[in-house]
Amino acid sequence: MDFSFTETQGMLRDSLARYLRERYDFDSRQKMLAMPGGRDPAIWKAFAEELGILGAGFPEEHGGLGGGHVDHMVIMEELGRAIAIEPYLDTCIVGGGALLAAGGDHAATLIPGIIAGDVIIAFAWAEPKSRYNPARIETRATADGAGWTLSGHKSVVIAAPYATHVLVTARTGGASGERDGVSLFLVEAGTAGITRRDYPTVDGWMASELFFERANVGPHALLGAEGQAMGLVDELLDRATAATCAEAAGTMRRLHELTLDYAKQRQQFGQPISKFQVIQHRLVDMLMEAEQAVSMAYQATLRLDLRAAERARAVSQAKAKIAKGARFLGQSAIQIHGGIGITNELAAGHYFKRLTMLESRYGDQDHHLARLEAMMMAEAA
Amino acid sequence: MDLAFTPEERAFRDEVRAFIADNYPAELRGKQDEGEELGKEDMLSWHRILYRKGWVAPAWPTEYGGPGWSATQRYIFSEELARADTIPVLPFGINMVGPVIYTFGTPAQKERFLPRILSGDDWWCQGYSEPGAGSDLASLRTRAERVGDHYVVNGQKTWTTLAQHADWGFFLVRTDPAAKPQEGISFLLIDMTSPGVTVRPIITLGGEHEVNEVWLENVKVPVENRIFEENKGWTCAKFLLAHERTGIAGVARSKRGIERLKGIARAELDDTGQPLLANPFFRRKVAELECDLTALEFTELRTLAGEASGKGPGPESSLLKVKGTEIQQRITELVLEAVGQYGAPYFRAFPEGSNESPIGPAHAHRAAPTYFNMRKTSIYGGSNEIQRNIIAKMVLGL
Repeated sequence: MDFSFTETQGMLRDSLARYLRERYDFDSRQKMLAMPGGRDPAIWKAFAEELGILGAGFPEEHGGLGGGHVDHMVIMEELGRAIAIEPYLDTCIVGGGALLAAGGDHAATLIPGIIAGDVIIAFAWAEPKSRYNPARIETRATADGAGWTLSGHKSVVIAAPYATHVLVTARTGGASGERDGVSLFLVEAGTAGITRRDYPTVDGWMASELFFERANVGPHALLGAEGQAMGLVDELLDRATAATCAEAAGTMRRLHELTLDYAKQRQQFGQPISKFQVIQHRLVDMLMEAEQAVSMAYQATLRLDLRAAERARAVSQAKAKIAKGARFLGQSAIQIHGGIGITNELAAGHYFKRLTMLESRYGDQDHHLARLEAMMMAEAA
Repeated sequence: MDLAFTPEERAFRDEVRAFIADNYPAELRGKQDEGEELGKEDMLSWHRILYRKGWVAPAWPTEYGGPGWSATQRYIFSEELARADTIPVLPFGINMVGPVIYTFGTPAQKERFLPRILSGDDWWCQGYSEPGAGSDLASLRTRAERVGDHYVVNGQKTWTTLAQHADWGFFLVRTDPAAKPQEGISFLLIDMTSPGVTVRPIITLGGEHEVNEVWLENVKVPVENRIFEENKGWTCAKFLLAHERTGIAGVARSKRGIERLKGIARAELDDTGQPLLANPFFRRKVAELECDLTALEFTELRTLAGEASGKGPGPESSLLKVKGTEIQQRITELVLEAVGQYGAPYFRAFPEGSNESPIGPAHAHRAAPTYFNMRKTSIYGGSNEIQRNIIAKMVLGL
């Protein structure tokens, strides 16, 4: 058993943490949100060129640093601490994971682009009626001789407004809800027949509704075998979920620190409110949730390479636990801050908003508990 | 004990129901359905209709313009308003400063202010909290110095709800800095158009401009605008806090909120494609919430019955505040859960009048902002921690 990080992972964490402290403080983030397009593209470029972190999880033969899930976890936790609005999860973890699984030309041409900060990938898996079930999709892809024609509506696609490529799930067969017949495509963002409605989210990200209206893509857009993508989609979503757990753990730790600092300096009834036992116990309960979130992020991350059922159990346990803890911690942080916590003026409120969205990203507590219960039912049968 | 209404009470209920159906402004209904922001005139329109009917201040004594209803009638009235999903009558005049004025004011003050509170001609705001005085309200520092026949007021108030529309504000100010915290405070009525009053917006987590900072710089306030004795303002404040807490349970509104939640959960689908309300996890949470609300409702009814038999609102109202706000917050949590991924798009990116409609189903647009915003309920009006302190001290004698 060993929970220590490698030297490379330690350096990765230190350099990213330092960069974010210096360049991604609350005021800087607020300025980024107000920029045209809702972000500062120079930051992503700096991740590639100054920090060199975008290749952390790619094998050396593709120009990466040869790291794996733990490296992703380290990065996500730091991004969570800064409530950064950078598409590392979408591009490097999900997009990169899909490219590595596909191999071939795609991987050879696009992975260097990701590492250089030029290629940004968004993951379009959800639809208006899918809720958190990736098989409940109606977007269709039909073979048209020269390639594929895609039609359908993908919802709340994070990072789509500035992505260069979109990873899309679509049906090449079967009906909504069936696992057979789901295929995975990688399409260029500017493809004719794709229209976007871009918008900010309540937690400061940019996202799009994507409408495919007989969008024609080449034969190579299909990743993997036709109709057999659900295994890979599940794996990508489990990795995304584990990464979200790490991000949430970072956000929770930071929000707890901010709340503790505030409680120590806020004076009421002639003393800091941190002197009141009811506040102390709440701060302790928050700490316990934050620490368990970190533990669960480790647990899920370290089990990502197990076989599918064990991986799913690890990830869903982590997300179910963290979704509940994140809600408690976020609400407690606002309660301890009092009125000022409800305003946009302090960082705490923005951390709360982000945590609220992370609760349900890639499935809320109910979704992941249901997944665990389904496994139990299968055992009982 | 009898839960049934008498025939008279049933007739009253029918009368109220018919009046609302016939008189609630269609324009207001439309704006509510569309989720539009309501302006000052929108908020006042329903107030004025109730005023003309004589129903705007159900709890006021008849001599000041109240309808003379029993506690049961007031309960029926508030139930019917919530059932019809009317906008609430703003509390600052009717529920807050009005009762303070008719309880502690001089005949001249009553005559001057009460009619305009009833008619809605004066919009009131509340100047209590300060940046350094929240839960510890008595530590407030806004200073009022007596100079001849007026006070000169200097200080800063915060969380002043809808002060941007206000004609008048009622303020707690320190008139004797040497006295103990609660003994040197006075209750002043300040004309918000006075020179030296500045209102600055505070934008809250959902992007709303609901609350404000109010800066007071050498504001001259005639002594005749002081309610009750100098340095005895805390008496008015305590009275008002008790008044504020009755009705803060919000039972009828929460009933309406749960109906709305169920409607959303019938329209939304779960992971298997069945209506979310049929999902065993989700429906159990709604059922549990309904149990909580029923418990609150009957606790409030018992309190009302106690009031009707002559006991004023006591520390029990703290229980109503804590449980009521927890339920209000829980409803918004479940609505946000219900809308799933469409809780994320920020509807204010598509302002009214823009060519584009917001993203996702209409019932999802405000789910997250409302959830964020409703965190205020366990903070305002005496935080829920303070309410528990009150119960510990006043009920348990600890």
